[in-house]
Amino acid sequence: MDNQIVLQMNHIMKIYGNGVVANEDVSLELRKGEIHALLGENGAGKSTLMKVLFGIEAPDQGEILLNGQQTTIRSPQDAISKGIGMVHQHFMLVPSLTVAENIILGVAPKKGPFIDMDKAVEAASNIAREYNFDIDVRQKVEEIPVGIKQKVEILKALYRGAEILILDEPTAVLTPQETEELFVQLMKLREKGHTIIFISHKLDEIKQICNRATIMRNGKSMGTYEVADISTQEMSRLMVGREVSLKFDKKEQHLTDNVFLKVRNLTVHNSQGVLKVDDLSFDLKGGEILGIAGVEGNGQTELVDTLTGLNKRYKGTIQLKGTDIAAASIQAIRDMKLANIPEDRMTSGCAGTLSIQENLFSNQYRSEKYSGRFFMKKKAIESRSDELIKEYLIKCKSRKQNVGMLSGGNIQKVIVAREFSTGPDIIIANQPTRGIDVGAAAFIRKRLLEFRDAGCAILLISADLTEIFSLSDRLAVMYKGKFAGFFTDVEHVTEDELGQHMLGIKHDDVLEGVMYE
Amino acid sequence: MSSAKRFEILRTVFAVVVALAISFVIIFLVSEQPLEAIKQLLTGPLTSKRNFGNVLESMIPLIFTGTGVCIMFSANQINLASEGAFHIGGLIATCVAINMTARFVSPVTAMICAGLAGALFTAIPAIMKITTSAPELVSSLMINYIALYFGNYMLNNVIGDPRASAASYVLSDASKLPVWLSRTRVHVGFFIAIGVAVLGYIFLYRTKMGYELRLTGENGEFAKYSGINIIKVIMVSQLLGGFVAGLGGGVEMLSPIYQRFTWTALLGYGWDAIVICTLAKKNPLYTPFAALFLAYLRTGASIMSRRTDVTLEIVQITQGIIIMLVVAEQFLSKYKHKMIAKEAKAALKEEEVA
Amino acid sequence: MWNAILSPDFFSAILRSATPILFAALAAGVASKSGITNMALEGILLFSALFGVIFSSLTHSAWLGLLITMIIGGLIGLILAFFVLNLKTDEILAAIAINLAATGGTVLIMLYFSGDRGVSSSIRSFATPTVTIPVIDKIPFIGEILSGQNVLTWLSLVAVVIMHLFLYKTPLGLAIRAVGENKNAAESVGISSRRIQYIALILSGVLAAMGGFYLSGGYMNMFTKDMAGGRGYIALAASSMGGNTPVGGFLVSLLFGAAQALANIMQLTSVMPYEIILMVPYLTTLIGLGIYYYSRKKKRERLSGK
Repeated sequence: MDNQIVLQMNHIMKIYGNGVVANEDVSLELRKGEIHALLGENGAGKSTLMKVLFGIEAPDQGEILLNGQQTTIRSPQDAISKGIGMVHQHFMLVPSLTVAENIILGVAPKKGPFIDMDKAVEAASNIAREYNFDIDVRQKVEEIPVGIKQKVEILKALYRGAEILILDEPTAVLTPQETEELFVQLMKLREKGHTIIFISHKLDEIKQICNRATIMRNGKSMGTYEVADISTQEMSRLMVGREVSLKFDKKEQHLTDNVFLKVRNLTVHNSQGVLKVDDLSFDLKGGEILGIAGVEGNGQTELVDTLTGLNKRYKGTIQLKGTDIAAASIQAIRDMKLANIPEDRMTSGCAGTLSIQENLFSNQYRSEKYSGRFFMKKKAIESRSDELIKEYLIKCKSRKQNVGMLSGGNIQKVIVAREFSTGPDIIIANQPTRGIDVGAAAFIRKRLLEFRDAGCAILLISADLTEIFSLSDRLAVMYKGKFAGFFTDVEHVTEDELGQHMLGIKHDDVLEGVMYE
Repeated sequence: MSSAKRFEILRTVFAVVVALAISFVIIFLVSEQPLEAIKQLLTGPLTSKRNFGNVLESMIPLIFTGTGVCIMFSANQINLASEGAFHIGGLIATCVAINMTARFVSPVTAMICAGLAGALFTAIPAIMKITTSAPELVSSLMINYIALYFGNYMLNNVIGDPRASAASYVLSDASKLPVWLSRTRVHVGFFIAIGVAVLGYIFLYRTKMGYELRLTGENGEFAKYSGINIIKVIMVSQLLGGFVAGLGGGVEMLSPIYQRFTWTALLGYGWDAIVICTLAKKNPLYTPFAALFLAYLRTGASIMSRRTDVTLEIVQITQGIIIMLVVAEQFLSKYKHKMIAKEAKAALKEEEVA
Repeated sequence: MWNAILSPDFFSAILRSATPILFAALAAGVASKSGITNMALEGILLFSALFGVIFSSLTHSAWLGLLITMIIGGLIGLILAFFVLNLKTDEILAAIAINLAATGGTVLIMLYFSGDRGVSSSIRSFATPTVTIPVIDKIPFIGEILSGQNVLTWLSLVAVVIMHLFLYKTPLGLAIRAVGENKNAAESVGISSRRIQYIALILSGVLAAMGGFYLSGGYMNMFTKDMAGGRGYIALAASSMGGNTPVGGFLVSLLFGAAQALANIMQLTSVMPYEIILMVPYLTTLIGLGIYYYSRKKKRERLSGK
């Protein structure tokens, strides 16, 4: 590897429209043929920096040098023409088109005025073969699994001649085995002379494949280090500013006899008719946290939607505190003291254009405390809002501020404050700490444990394995709509074992007596 | 006041100014006496009590349909049938008012029937949306034409006075709304309109149902997840919006402006309502102010068209430009960004000092 | 009445009434495929119906008039695109604004050119010619339907084929569909979604302008106030019922053409009051809309079981 510098980003500053300072004097330097980690907690400003590099956002200050030449990157198209490719965390593919069509999109081979489809298929197959990617390019993207979709994304960038490849948290949606496969391919790309920016907050992955790492915290750069020369403890310290330990002083479990949730033979199809939840049965008792791990898209979303009443099309029975919910409205289900922390806080967790106060009462404005027969009780709502903002440490100017103007962690705190303030018996928490800062995450996790100790029944769905391991009393793995594995002795499960279940290599069949009586 | 809110007001004012400026340019292009035309447009309404009376009088229907649209749009129901609801409201009020001669009872009955008819009318797209999930936008566009031809049918076959051409029988005197400002045609409907705007505000911002409407309007997924009955919101918002628009049609018909039902074309108040709603930022409390502005412009244009060679329709162009600019999020956004970035930088400095 | 319906004249009338809706439906389709609802079609139809009369009169040529009208239609599409894409104006409100400006603007302009507020009869306009193709007109029934149609009706049929090839076989068409389905995906490969949507909206404006020109220079021979009569809205419904594909839009447009033609026949036979007959096209659209969306909803429900 020579030490030729291919890219320099100097003193980048970016302020968003809502006043959030995402990057404050950040610098980054890339050497040709290295895998360079961009490390930082969620919200540290990694994504913003990459958006600036890829021409999606314009920086307010700073300069970019490509091969020593100062340059301005105006758009993604501009970035691509300068040899920069990006694989986004959320796939940028058109589902109804084929793999080949997705790869050649925008640079299609032509025959007269028309697309030369034969040539397109050939070109796409060729590039896949060149980089040892085993893909049938004639398949429609909507029909292929996640791991392959990611390969299509990488091929798209390579087909356009990317020399610098940005990978934004590529392993977040992969199983451990798929991750290994990805790493092998990345190392091959490095051998061929490509430079890779690897965005992650997983230290072990960075240790495994990266040459150097630039660490970011709170929108600032904390320096660039040779990965071989820095310990994981040191990286962690630079990243979060303090030693994080996920060891909670979890108290001994006091399981109650209240079966708050009883699910039998639950089967759900999604709106396209695909089987998403397949004959699932389990019990959830007061005083326990049941963790559900699994690669995203294995039926977790549909399970939660059905349990909370959002989806009414299912077979099987669901009993909430002994009552069948087949005919119950969402409102009736919520009135049975069920709280729901939704997976996607912006789509279903809040209304960004309404104030914090208006967001805090969407689940309880009907209660006598906050409204009469027709009118809202303004004073009671206002004082309760101020209380909740204080109790949940929500950083804001006032209760009248729009929720959309807050940071991700604070929005999540608004949601959690709302859901927890009703004194729930059952909590369904779907990715409760995804994409928020460490402090807010720890706060929410601690609250969940407090509710468990108080006899509440909690269903925790999370892609964050550390979170699942440290909170769950029982742990189930969902794979293709079924429970593929089940563990009562959570502390002794290894990540490798869990990964095997998540991928469907290992499969436990007998669940009776373990998941339910 | 927050900087974001200040910016919104500033932008609205600027949009109006730009729209007027463009209209003046058009006047210069088409008119042989442009300065006189602009003078009449801007000062005409103030030249006599009667003229200013015209301003107040034409505010009335605008406040009604504007409030109706505010309610529907607040729930994100893009139902454009207030145009037809207003028409039907006028028609039904006529049917009642030519047959009833009781003092007080007659106009009240006429107005209530007009409102109910309007509500039933806007409920059609709402019901279609609930049962078939057909978008209310397109179906409401279609039923406006059905309202028009239904009105024409009634006029020619049921309520038409054979002695008059394209006009109904005369509305009974007892049904008419009394004039409030002497030597003008400003009638008590003005107060009903203001009352409706205030009630609309109280409904949307102070009641449980109003909260449900706005929550659904801002984020339907969130409302559903919170346990709000979306179907109820869809129905209530459009029934109420239609009621208010229909009531407006009834009030307009019972005003001193009309003796008989003569509407053989849609009057366009439903579309004006969208301008009002845009200027009032979906808050019914601001509709009287938006209506005052539009009514002033209208009256000015009408005086201008009588005294000069510029036609009244120029106002519709002005309205179009206003909508365009007021709802253009990025209009003047560079200025907004600078303002916010400046505040953020200042806050950053403060933190460093602290 | 049945005799009248089964005659070639009736089918010929269907094509005549369907032409403006078909152009507008193709316009709605290409905009929708790029991810934008173009409700401004109504205003574009109205503007171009007037400009068609004015410019064919000024240039003494229907063809030049058509060309200029198409350019203006494209310009209105461009203005809509500028507001929606650059200034982030809500597309429905922007369209309402354009339609409002069209209602007032056409009267203003007509008054300026003709001195009349209602119709443009004082302006001598030039309509596009009718066309009879020698071989086709010999085919029984079909020949009778097709021959003697206005050249714009022929063009509208050709436009269906061209738009189909354009959307499904060319790189630009692929880009339009990609932008409409997943804007971010298209952006990620350097397709400027803004540029693509600009192109789609300009094209949409040009197509609608042809429909508008036909209204005053084919279907009728003058401009009258509000002559679009909701056809832009009907086309929006037609296109969405046809899945926003050119062929689908064509089939549904024929259905509405039939409703209009039927209304015209019923008017002559006086089986129903005149005003009720005028409702027919709108009622048909309303009912069609209900049926289409209901069946789509049912289909989805069937798929998800229960």
